[in-house]
Amino acid sequence: MDMEFSPEDLAFQQEVRQFIADNYPAELRGKQDEGEELSKEDFLAWHKILHKKGWIAPAWPVEYGGTGWTPTQRFIWSEETARADCIRLMPFGLAMVGPVIYTFGTPEQKAYFLPRILSGEDWWCQGYSEPGSGSDLASLRTTAVSDGDDYIVNGQKTWTTLAQHADWGFFLVRTDKDAKQQEGISFLLIDMKSPGITVRPIITLGGEHEVNEVWLEDVRVPKSQRVYEENKGWTCAKFLLAHERTGIAGVAASKRGIEKVKAIARTELDGDKPLLANPFFKRKVAELEVDLTALEFTELRSLAGANAGKGPGPESSLLKIKGSEIQQRLTELTLEAVGHYGAPYFRGFGEGDNEHPIGPDYAHRAAPTYFNMRKTTIYGGSNEIQRNIIAKMVLGL
Amino acid sequence: MDFTYTETQDMIRDTLARFLADTYDFETRQKFINGDTGRDPAIWTALAQELGMLGAAFAEEHGGLGGGALENAIVMEELGKVIGIEPYLPTVVIAGGALKAVGGAQADAIIPEIIAGNAIIAFAYAEPQGRYDLANLKTNAKKDGAGYVLNGHKSVVYAAPWATHLLVTARTGGGQRDTDGVSLFLIDAKLPGIVRRDYPTVDGSRASEVYFENVAVPGDALLGSEGAALPLIEQIVDEATVATCAEATGVMQKLHEGTLEYTQQRKQFGVPIAKFQVLQHRMVDMFMEVEQARSMTIMGTLKLGLPANERMAAVSAAKAKVGRGANFVGQNAIQTHGGIGITQELAIGHYFKRATMIEGQFGSVDHHMDRYERIVLAD
Ligand SMILES: Cc1cc2nc3c(=O)[nH]c(=O)nc-3n(C[C@H](O)[C@H](O)[C@H](O)COP(=O)(O)OP(=O)(O)OC[C@H]3O[C@@H](n4cnc5c(N)ncnc54)[C@H](O)[C@@H]3O)c2cc1C
Ligand SMILES: Cc1cc2nc3c(=O)[nH]c(=O)nc-3n(C[C@H](O)[C@H](O)[C@H](O)COP(=O)(O)OP(=O)(O)OC[C@H]3O[C@@H](n4cnc5c(N)ncnc54)[C@H](O)[C@@H]3O)c2cc1C
Repeated sequence: MDMEFSPEDLAFQQEVRQFIADNYPAELRGKQDEGEELSKEDFLAWHKILHKKGWIAPAWPVEYGGTGWTPTQRFIWSEETARADCIRLMPFGLAMVGPVIYTFGTPEQKAYFLPRILSGEDWWCQGYSEPGSGSDLASLRTTAVSDGDDYIVNGQKTWTTLAQHADWGFFLVRTDKDAKQQEGISFLLIDMKSPGITVRPIITLGGEHEVNEVWLEDVRVPKSQRVYEENKGWTCAKFLLAHERTGIAGVAASKRGIEKVKAIARTELDGDKPLLANPFFKRKVAELEVDLTALEFTELRSLAGANAGKGPGPESSLLKIKGSEIQQRLTELTLEAVGHYGAPYFRGFGEGDNEHPIGPDYAHRAAPTYFNMRKTTIYGGSNEIQRNIIAKMVLGL
Repeated sequence: MDFTYTETQDMIRDTLARFLADTYDFETRQKFINGDTGRDPAIWTALAQELGMLGAAFAEEHGGLGGGALENAIVMEELGKVIGIEPYLPTVVIAGGALKAVGGAQADAIIPEIIAGNAIIAFAYAEPQGRYDLANLKTNAKKDGAGYVLNGHKSVVYAAPWATHLLVTARTGGGQRDTDGVSLFLIDAKLPGIVRRDYPTVDGSRASEVYFENVAVPGDALLGSEGAALPLIEQIVDEATVATCAEATGVMQKLHEGTLEYTQQRKQFGVPIAKFQVLQHRMVDMFMEVEQARSMTIMGTLKLGLPANERMAAVSAAKAKVGRGANFVGQNAIQTHGGIGITQELAIGHYFKRATMIEGQFGSVDHHMDRYERIVLAD
């Protein structure tokens, strides 16, 4: 057992660092530093650069466009991108539906969709949750009724992240009302421009337009856009949820987050000393670092398991629970650090509006981010549900 | 020992609660906080003139009902229950408290204006470098003939965009963090040289950065004695802190009730989610925090009249406990609601935002635990 990087890994790390330094869009960096809300084009700018380089999908098998990196190289990649504060790539195509398609899809589906996911041509959204079906996802009621070569889809989805940008959505729909809940569900790929789809914004606590309601009224979907067998969609869904949960640990991003909190606490004053010298505050930062180290090494152990060919199992729930709690504590410490300047609400930079936010630059997103990040213990399977999973699947209770 | 409220106090609570139930439903509140000025001035006028509520905590000789800190706590708790943004805290509790403490001609002139609803007073005390230290002041007032010339920058002054007057802390002597040399002024908000940058706050109110640029302040604007106002400022901030604990109690109670109600309606896995024991225990923990917040508010309120050290220890104990409780109850209310908890549409999220900002108002948990330790555990 050891935790040293090999000389090849170190060379790879150097290469990655250099690539990011040479290619990360300066304009995007500026917007991030100012805390501006990012547009679809902003999200895609970095995506397209990585696609051109061939580094867009490190986790995918090489035959479908992956990089063929070892898990250690992938780890280095995620560390370096977080260290350089690169924006997070949208997971819906790359981390969610892509793996479902290359695992369960037909040759035609693979040939059509996978290249478009890699290039960023299609923006994907995830249509799982419904108003009546959140934690109890299998109770979903959106129906798809067979009509020749098509399905006619009716129902309502909700919490659909960034559906306002989406070209395609992957949806769970009920194709058999009489079967046991999990056994009557199918996995459909739906063109978001189809007649009968309406997307309505839901505004979240920090003022963001990040999630939506999606209404489907008599939407016609070719059966060729069903992934895997009819009524076997739950298999795809479960596969995908496990993928969703590993990414959610966010270790590298939280490391970067701790550095940001420290930088703020070195600038903010407490009497005649920096806030970071305040023993109470310092202790909280240190505790967070210790917990993050525990999460990091737990993730590394599961990564080592993946090196040995084991897929992510129910223990990925642990990564999700601890990872999300740490992300939330980071936002809490940031809000605490900025003191009075957490209160001003800055509506954002309007068109041609160069008014400056109130207080120091690092302060004006502190409260909205804190409010927004409450989502991390709710989405992707709430932390209560994750604990239920561990109790049942790991502890055997 | 007697923890019952008087008949008058019960009446104040009932009258106010009924009025707010009629005028301050969530949709109405959202409409006016998102409007141009961020408030509905008719509500303040009605509180003053129809309900006589702004006089509850003032002496009868000034036209009030003869109450004090308990009445303030009652009003603040009821405002908390509707996440009210009315400037009761800075106007009545803080400025009113300062005026009651100094008495004399200034009190005789301004208190009736407060009671009548004509005066709104914002408290300009925090500065960019100062965090929660009331004496850490760069704003200064230089003697100039019979008056003063005021210069400086005050941060995040809640209610300043609506204010007729500003209550300002400033240095008339001493170094930036000295306890001596601090003075308190009550000035007209429209004096030449006062520049404001107004903005909404994340918890639904309005505030300003206030800049004083060679503002000529008359000599009679000074409250208390020159250079020796820190004890008075500490006292009124303690009164405000306890009043904020009372507000927090109202906010937390609503967060808890809202969660109880929602979990009994919301079904997943074929049952109301309130049936899941892990959620039940969490709601029990929230309940216990609400009850303790109420207890600590009463404790703090009753001890406001004690000598400074005992008062400060009691207030810090109350604020630390309530701050932690507000954090716990707020976060868990959202978590227990699931996705619906993080939308702007539901009231619960707005209660959560206010609970969050209360945590830091007049000092974080760390700040108050530190002050408590310095007083109580000093050897
Ligand atoms: C910001 C955000 C983005 C999202 N993006 C998407 C998206 O793109 N696509 C998509 O399909 N969905 C998305 N979701 C939905 C998300 O997956 C659901 O919110 C989540 O599954 C919880 O469901 P719910 O909100 O209906 O809460 P509920 O299921 O109603 O849960 C309410 C509370 O009850 C608890 N609870 C429920 N069942 C149990 C139990 N058995 N034992 C103990 N406690 C329980 C929950 O943990 C929670 O605390 C998103 C959600 C958010 C907040
Ligand atoms: C020092 C001591 C003094 C005591 N004195 C008295 C006394 O004076 N009179 C008297 O009547 N009894 C007394 N008891 C007994 C006490 O009431 C029981 O220990 C208690 O009810 C737990 O029962 P148990 O020990 O059988 O544990 P169990 O009931 O087997 O419980 C084991 C664990 O499971 C948890 N648990 C059990 N049921 C649930 C549930 N439904 N939901 C969630 N968690 C659950 C418990 O909290 C505990 O952590 C005493 C016990 C001790 C240790």
